[in-house]
Amino acid sequence: MTIYLLCFALFLVGLYGVLTKRDIVKIILSIGIMGYATNLFLVFVGYKSGAIYPILSEGKCIQPMVDPLPQALVLTSIVIELGTTALLVSLAIKLFQKYSTFDITKIRRLSG
Amino acid sequence: MMKTDKGMSIIVKTVTRISVWLIILYGIYIIVHGHLTPGGGFGGGVVIALAFLNVMLAYGKEFTEKWLNFQLLHDIESSSVTVFLVVGILGISLGGAFLANFLSKGDLFELYSAGVIPVFNILIGIKVGISLFLVVWLLAGINPEEEDE
Amino acid sequence: MPIETWLTFILVFMILGSIISLEIKDILSSIIAIGVVGLGVSLSFLFLQAPDLAIVQFLFEIFALIILIRAFIKKDYHVEEPRIVNKILIGITVITLCAVFLLSIKLFELLPPFGEPLMKTAQYYIDNGVEQTGAANFVSAIILDYRAYDTLGEITILFTSVLGVFTILRIKSKVKKVTAGDDDEN
Repeated sequence: MTIYLLCFALFLVGLYGVLTKRDIVKIILSIGIMGYATNLFLVFVGYKSGAIYPILSEGKCIQPMVDPLPQALVLTSIVIELGTTALLVSLAIKLFQKYSTFDITKIRRLSG
Repeated sequence: MMKTDKGMSIIVKTVTRISVWLIILYGIYIIVHGHLTPGGGFGGGVVIALAFLNVMLAYGKEFTEKWLNFQLLHDIESSSVTVFLVVGILGISLGGAFLANFLSKGDLFELYSAGVIPVFNILIGIKVGISLFLVVWLLAGINPEEEDE
Repeated sequence: MPIETWLTFILVFMILGSIISLEIKDILSSIIAIGVVGLGVSLSFLFLQAPDLAIVQFLFEIFALIILIRAFIKKDYHVEEPRIVNKILIGITVITLCAVFLLSIKLFELLPPFGEPLMKTAQYYIDNGVEQTGAANFVSAIILDYRAYDTLGEITILFTSVLGVFTILRIKSKVKKVTAGDDDEN
């Protein structure tokens, strides 16, 4: 319960950054923080107390295992996050080349 | 840091020349044993991308462009998705469903087991490794133009 | 020490790190602070018995750090002082987010408590996974056999994002050459 709430607080810190920061770099980092919080929350929901990792090994009896399904989904999510981060970084570089700034209010002023 | 196109000092270059093959070998190990141990195509692919990135940091961008054929890398990266689809469609004729596991399962804890899972792991490893390296190569190639401004 | 204590400690540490990375002026310190947060995520995955995720998250962190530093370290970094209107807006945003946090405490009581997941589908995978796929690693068995459609979609997204990076950076260089030519003519 406390852990879920702390994870939600981490998500809200990322949302605060997206809403209030005027710097594109800070906005990209905030989106990364929101992704971390979401991935962590999915794995929290699948944790079973006293269980081991969901991998069989030779000569070991079968024990209770944690939920492997959220882990599989988060594994793909992490790699997608890396691709989207690279895409955002290239967009930011393009904006910097055109406007010579990372401040989104200035970018808006120049285009209008 | 990454700006020097001529590369770093000779100590860094010598260590890189020895260590890069070990890093690639470790990445291949993680990919191939993905169905037995933690790891798999995603983790091993990132390790291989970091090995190529190590060469690019130590020797500079020009040497890396001579050492690797980037057009070939781009073709391999694009075709790995198609091969993934072809293996999936083979599952329709041989296994009865799209992406079915039609090869023999083998014995548990053996390297040649689990049917089609190692094939998919290798394809994903190629895809992830090469595409991430190409992204960093593009980002490294674009910055010197900006500094001319 | 129970695992909840460790996870609470790591989460508080990560919240502090992300606040520091958002509020600090220097861009290099900001990127390094976000790296600390990512390593905290990797450590919590280890505590939560997910070694696959810990490996991938650790490598992801190194890779993202290199990309961000490579892209942003040379840039002229200057942001003006916020005006009074902006300060008022920031205050309203903080109050709204605190209200959202307080109002959603009830919501989290509806979830299954920490350490007792439902595991209906996953129990089927664990019981029958060895016979049906032959893989010892259940995470691999799920992403490449039971749910291979998801993986196909995932590598399609990765392919599209890489093509997007290629397209964006190529367009930019052409535009820049055109503008440079215009400057010469002027």
